[in-house]
Amino acid sequence: MIRRAGEHALLVETGGLEVSHRLDALLRASRPARVAEIVPGPETVLVVAPGADRPALESLLSRLLEAARAPALRPVPPGAKVTIPVVYDGADLGDVAALSGLSPEEVVERHTGRELVAGWLGFAPGFAYLTGLDPSLYVPRLTTPRTSVPAGAVAIAGPYSAIYPSASPGGWRLLGRSPVTVWDTGADPPALLAPGTRVRFEAVAGP
Amino acid sequence: MIEIVAPGPYATVQDLGRPGYAHLGVPRSGAADAPSLRLANRLVGNPEGAAGIELTLGGARLRFLGGAWAAVTGAPCLIELVLSGRTTARGMNAPLWVPEGGEVRLAAPARGLRTYVAVRGGLDTPMTLGSRSTDSLCGLGPSPLRAGTVLPVGPVTGLPALVVDAAPPPETPPDVLRVLSGPRDDWFVPGATAALCARPYLVTPDSNRVGVRLSGTPLRRARARELPSEGMVAGAVQVPPDGQPIVFLADHPPTGGYPVIAVVAPACLSVAAQLRPGDRVRFHARPG
Repeated sequence: MIRRAGEHALLVETGGLEVSHRLDALLRASRPARVAEIVPGPETVLVVAPGADRPALESLLSRLLEAARAPALRPVPPGAKVTIPVVYDGADLGDVAALSGLSPEEVVERHTGRELVAGWLGFAPGFAYLTGLDPSLYVPRLTTPRTSVPAGAVAIAGPYSAIYPSASPGGWRLLGRSPVTVWDTGADPPALLAPGTRVRFEAVAGP
Repeated sequence: MIEIVAPGPYATVQDLGRPGYAHLGVPRSGAADAPSLRLANRLVGNPEGAAGIELTLGGARLRFLGGAWAAVTGAPCLIELVLSGRTTARGMNAPLWVPEGGEVRLAAPARGLRTYVAVRGGLDTPMTLGSRSTDSLCGLGPSPLRAGTVLPVGPVTGLPALVVDAAPPPETPPDVLRVLSGPRDDWFVPGATAALCARPYLVTPDSNRVGVRLSGTPLRRARARELPSEGMVAGAVQVPPDGQPIVFLADHPPTGGYPVIAVVAPACLSVAAQLRPGDRVRFHARPG
């Protein structure tokens, strides 16, 4: 279903993240006229296109959505692969281990053991919600968020993991820190992780 | 160069923002009342997207360290030019020559919230991701203006001559926001859009560049589950669990997890951006 989001935007319901990512990639490849923003979400893709011919855009989106739902017919190259080194010395590693009934070593094994996928970005510039986390690591957010979490902090909350792109308040549980810069306004693109980017964490010894 | 002698309650540099980065979590930002900034720029012969100053509730004093053409638009306020101890009144919506050493004083507006000052040549402050705007949500761009901040002005060579004496004073817009239902009106109880439009809402003091926060008839949800995060547009009328709507402005988060019952027409975003705490505003739904 394609819903209107005001006069300038359409919200395409994809039903799932994989289809959102394929539709996002197809749209970025075809760059329809007047499209200013393409914003994938877990079950939607928002397309902002001021001044576009709406019926034409709507029918194009329907066609692309169909293609995105049939990946065998129209394969979309998978997202870029990134390896993120992490020093697993986070302040909440022990609590996460206790909450999940694992040892801290097992928490690290499970956090590094799967390839995660950047689902969508939000909360802060460059902040990617990484999906595909091992379900044994699903833990609630902190009841009282920290007033400041440093840039590079690697954290989990609910079914997601993330790397804090810049210092900010935060309520996720900290597993460690990474020296990798995930947000740099001087770089193009400024964010290391875009929707669809595949992420592997790797444990490294810290200074 | 322009020295901020006093910024008033809250003042920032704004242009037309950072389009194209929403999928990376970056708000569009830019002037909350973009048509007013565009008009101010046209009046001084700038490209419409040149950076100017966005004042909140006026109250600013700007000293021009070099002579320049300026224009003031948006929320109407009394303007005085102080030069060598002499004070003269000046008008809104017209090019205004400020000689070197002149100080422009802007009083608090009688109505409206945001006043714009454009300077011929545009403000030439550093850019972040292609824009000079201050993003109040995530801190991109420069800090808000403080007393003592000095703003460089760009070159005026090559700009078209000033051809307009004054723009017609804009009509006082009615405090009505036209909305298009959806995209998530089906998350609310039947009649919720009618309830949104039935009685005026009061603008609350925690409103800012992110959104206009309203207080009035609560809008009740029909679904208890959480909405998965989805892309948001400027003008979105987002409804948190307390049922009190928020109208998103320039610094709105690019994604959000509360359902949007309706979206304000782009033509009414200026009206929304000029609402001040204590104002009452009505919604008017029109068929899609």
